[in-house]
Amino acid sequence: MRAVVFALRTFGRELRSGEVLVLLAAVSLAVGALTAVGFLTDRIGKAVARQANEVLAADLRLRSQEPVPAEWSELAAGYGLDTAETMSFPSVVFAGDNSALASINVISDGYPLRGEVRVADQLFGEQREVDGIPAAGEVWADGTLLARVGADIGDLLSIGEIELRVSAVLTYRPDQSIGFASLAPSLLMNAADISRSGLIGEGSRVSYALLVAGDEAAVNEFNEAIQDRLPESVRVRSQEESSERAYNAADRAQRFLSLTAVMSLLLSAVAVAMSARRFAHRRMDAVALMKSLGATQGFVIAVALIQLTLLGVLGVLVGSIVGFAAEEVLSRILVDLIASDLPNPGLRPVVLASGSAMVLLVGFALPALIQLRNTPPLRVLRHDAMPPAPSRLLVSGLSLAAVAALLYRSVGDPRMLVILISGITVIAAALYLVGRGLVFLIGRSRSGVGVAWRYGLANVSRRGRASAVQVVAFGLGLTVLLLLTLVRTDLLEGWRQTLDEDAPNHFLINIQPNEVEAVGEFFEKNGMRVPSFTPLVRARMTSINGESVKDRKYPNEDGRWLANREANLSWTAEMSASNELLEGEWWPRDYDGPPLVSIEEESAVNAGLTIGDRLKFFVAGQEVEAEIASIRKVNWDSFQPNFFIVLSPGALEDMPTTYISSMKIEDDQKAMLVDLVRSYPSISVIDLGAILQQVRGIIEKASLAVQAVFVFTLAAGIAVLFAAVQSTIDERRFESAMLRALGARRRTVFLGVMAEFAALGIAAGILASAGASVLAAVVAVQLFQLPYEFNPLLWVVGVAAGVFLVCISGFFAARGAINAAPADVLRWAT
Amino acid sequence: MENELVSKDVVLEAIEVSKQVSSPEGSLTILSEVSFRIAAGESVAVVGPSGAGKSTLLALLAGLDLPSSGYVVLNGANLSELDEDGRAGVRADSVGFVFQSFHLVPSLNALENVMLPLELAGKNDARAAARRIIEQVGLKDRWSHYPSQLSGGEKQRVAIARAFATEPAVLFADEPTGNLDSRTGANIMELMFELNRSSRTTLILVTHDQSLAMRCDRMLSLDGGRLVSDSEVAA
Ligand SMILES: Nc1ncnc2c1ncn2[C@@H]1O[C@H](COP(=O)(O)OP(=O)(O)O)[C@@H](O)[C@H]1O
Ligand SMILES: [Mg+2]
Repeated sequence: MRAVVFALRTFGRELRSGEVLVLLAAVSLAVGALTAVGFLTDRIGKAVARQANEVLAADLRLRSQEPVPAEWSELAAGYGLDTAETMSFPSVVFAGDNSALASINVISDGYPLRGEVRVADQLFGEQREVDGIPAAGEVWADGTLLARVGADIGDLLSIGEIELRVSAVLTYRPDQSIGFASLAPSLLMNAADISRSGLIGEGSRVSYALLVAGDEAAVNEFNEAIQDRLPESVRVRSQEESSERAYNAADRAQRFLSLTAVMSLLLSAVAVAMSARRFAHRRMDAVALMKSLGATQGFVIAVALIQLTLLGVLGVLVGSIVGFAAEEVLSRILVDLIASDLPNPGLRPVVLASGSAMVLLVGFALPALIQLRNTPPLRVLRHDAMPPAPSRLLVSGLSLAAVAALLYRSVGDPRMLVILISGITVIAAALYLVGRGLVFLIGRSRSGVGVAWRYGLANVSRRGRASAVQVVAFGLGLTVLLLLTLVRTDLLEGWRQTLDEDAPNHFLINIQPNEVEAVGEFFEKNGMRVPSFTPLVRARMTSINGESVKDRKYPNEDGRWLANREANLSWTAEMSASNELLEGEWWPRDYDGPPLVSIEEESAVNAGLTIGDRLKFFVAGQEVEAEIASIRKVNWDSFQPNFFIVLSPGALEDMPTTYISSMKIEDDQKAMLVDLVRSYPSISVIDLGAILQQVRGIIEKASLAVQAVFVFTLAAGIAVLFAAVQSTIDERRFESAMLRALGARRRTVFLGVMAEFAALGIAAGILASAGASVLAAVVAVQLFQLPYEFNPLLWVVGVAAGVFLVCISGFFAARGAINAAPADVLRWAT
Repeated sequence: MENELVSKDVVLEAIEVSKQVSSPEGSLTILSEVSFRIAAGESVAVVGPSGAGKSTLLALLAGLDLPSSGYVVLNGANLSELDEDGRAGVRADSVGFVFQSFHLVPSLNALENVMLPLELAGKNDARAAARRIIEQVGLKDRWSHYPSQLSGGEKQRVAIARAFATEPAVLFADEPTGNLDSRTGANIMELMFELNRSSRTTLILVTHDQSLAMRCDRMLSLDGGRLVSDSEVAA
């Protein structure tokens, strides 16, 4: 009880001392980073979960490129299940002279079986949930689509050969992420209108689906009953499968974000440990005094624990506020990327972050405070009487345990945890050595400089260990910032430059065989080069070397996905110019032997395919088997039509085929496209420029968000600097006063201190620039397959930013010492 | 029978107290076989040149440290038989300190600094008692000030108030005027002797100021860690 009173009484004033503020800031930063990331991942998680539940708009979705035979919906009805049917395909929609590509979704009564469709009664109006589907003769169209064609509610849209009236603005449909929809705005129309539209020709790129939903047991029974009887052309998607990939992606994003938070956390831990040592050291005299006045060890510990708890609570409070604010900012940045109308995340992230803060304090601050208990009371008479240093085993054990506890949540698997901790230890040790090296170099360079610099540089090397820690802490934060600003734009720019100026910027898809000649003539008539037309046949792979693709083992998930998804096949006599033969041989021009196939390199690796393997495909009711004759590398950036799987001529003859083509269309030629799609309504034009723009936008936003998370890392780096300066502030104050007493002018003292920080900043900048360069090179070469170009600006900006940030933070951390008066030398006793 | 009588009177006893410390040059004896008895209410000056071992002796007498050999019996308790918390308990009950460099807790104000030993000893009316004694040392209007806002003399007054607050059986003072100018120092000593008289405390005063020592009842002289004389002071 007395301990509580005493702890509370002194706490208010302790709060004003520098080291307690730093300790508090470090805890708050850790909590802030964790809550912000916690909120964000919570949102991503919820968005994914919600999508997974609704994404099928059903419990089971039977998909096919052909109409799903009626027997299956009858069978489902026999199990007491509800059914609905959908058809979707891309097509151009007109309003007067304006046109735009849309994802047409033809739906039958009952759609959607799961989730709700939402519409608004005016463009950008309030959205509401609706029952039912558009009446015959009416459509619900996405606001973007309406905006693109300049139409509004009540206007007529031409779709194929018919005109339909817009009766509502479509704002949400549950299965909007399936298929082509993610790129083109959607339009919902009633199945009753489809036969008149003339949009459904043979080989059209239509996806048919039978939606099934109902009682869970009945759904499972039905699913089992149909498994072995379904034709190869029909694929069943259940919720679990469909959400798996999304979950994996979300999971990866969440782990990445958690790891960035962990980085802030580790730096905060360093700051906590440093400032706790200083805190303990500063309280040693008070503890010795209290013990001389009769305080017991228990009392001393109780006071330390109570104050630690108070600090933790305060840190959690401040940190949660920071976290809430950061989350607000992040969700604004990401407003289009993640569902923003989700319920606010609960307090769970705050609870988790609070737990982490306490672990942080216990692991990194407690050892120093516990040691206070052993302060000899003799210290009141002999100032050099110190408690024995805490056992290294205890300190490193506790901090290791704390790190493990903190990381475990983001990693979630003991083996990974061990790997990660070893990795962190190795990297930290390496970085520390680099830091020491830089500090050593700084020390060596001090003979050739003026008195202020010499004083500053001498200080850097005198406090070698702390200096190295500061260099690394700051360097880490800077590295990531450099990576996300300069390097990102460098990479995007580099990628853009590798794109051929004359590279095609439009794709034409879904050209019917009987239209190929006429389309070629159309371009010729308009004074354009006739593009080449590449055949496309939709198929499914059924077996590899006689083994079903479902049962086969794959080197990785991408390979499984590749083999099991619907495949686009093509055939050609000559290899495309944008391909490069890696293995095997290309078939002769006039080859007419048994079917051969050429596989794209990465797909071959992912699916574990080699030359000589036999692939069997199911195409429009027939089976085609082909032997792998070659493996190719594809330059996707050429924007030529390219395929993972290409067969020899003749293998796919007589199969339903459409053609695709790509071409460069200048802005002033775009009007011609309207005529083209008017004349051939089933042809879809895809504007790559717009898509690239969209992709770039997504990358920009995502990296902005990640950057916001990394601001915490930088802030934690600043906290480390503050902690380090704090721990030497008495020394610095005394030295400044001494220098002034010896006749140094205030300016000289100021310059000396700033020289020290400038040197630290240079070292941190060098470390960061080197780190960012290495990482950029890895990313460029491994991820983007771009040659890495050395960017001298990176180093200039890195070092300048390092000097600027460290000097500013250092000035605030050390201003008390800089301003010390000469008379302070004489003032000692408290 | 006689022994009991003596031990009732004797508040502090040193029995062949020695202290050795290890140094790079080997073991160093800084106090050797010092013995004496001090009766309740006595005021004793410990004098000697700098480095004679005065502070070391004081630390041992107050149980801040343990002798390498010999015993210290403080208020009936053999300090060598107690652990650290046990010795802390003895100090809380019966010891007060005044130091050369004041040693106030910087995060507590004057009143709270005085309350500290009262609270540690578990006294109920700590605040009222502390206020009374703060007034006695002449800091009635300064009680809410923090150490950093007080002059050296004022800090030492707070320290004295704190030392007397618990009405300790023995008050240890280690060169209490060492950090003060001579006038302030004289005022402080005046205050201390006055409080000592009125509260009938035993005073152990370490000083190298001969005139201060002369105002005590008795004088112990140390030199090179040995007790070289133990004499009554003629008033
Ligand atoms: N723990 C210790 N380690 C080494 N030397 C010590 C220690 N404690 C005291 N001394 C030495 O013992 C001698 C007596 O010290 P002290 O009692 O402080 O003297 P005084 O207070 O009389 O000036 C000094 O020379 C001092 O340096
Ligand atoms: Mg001394």
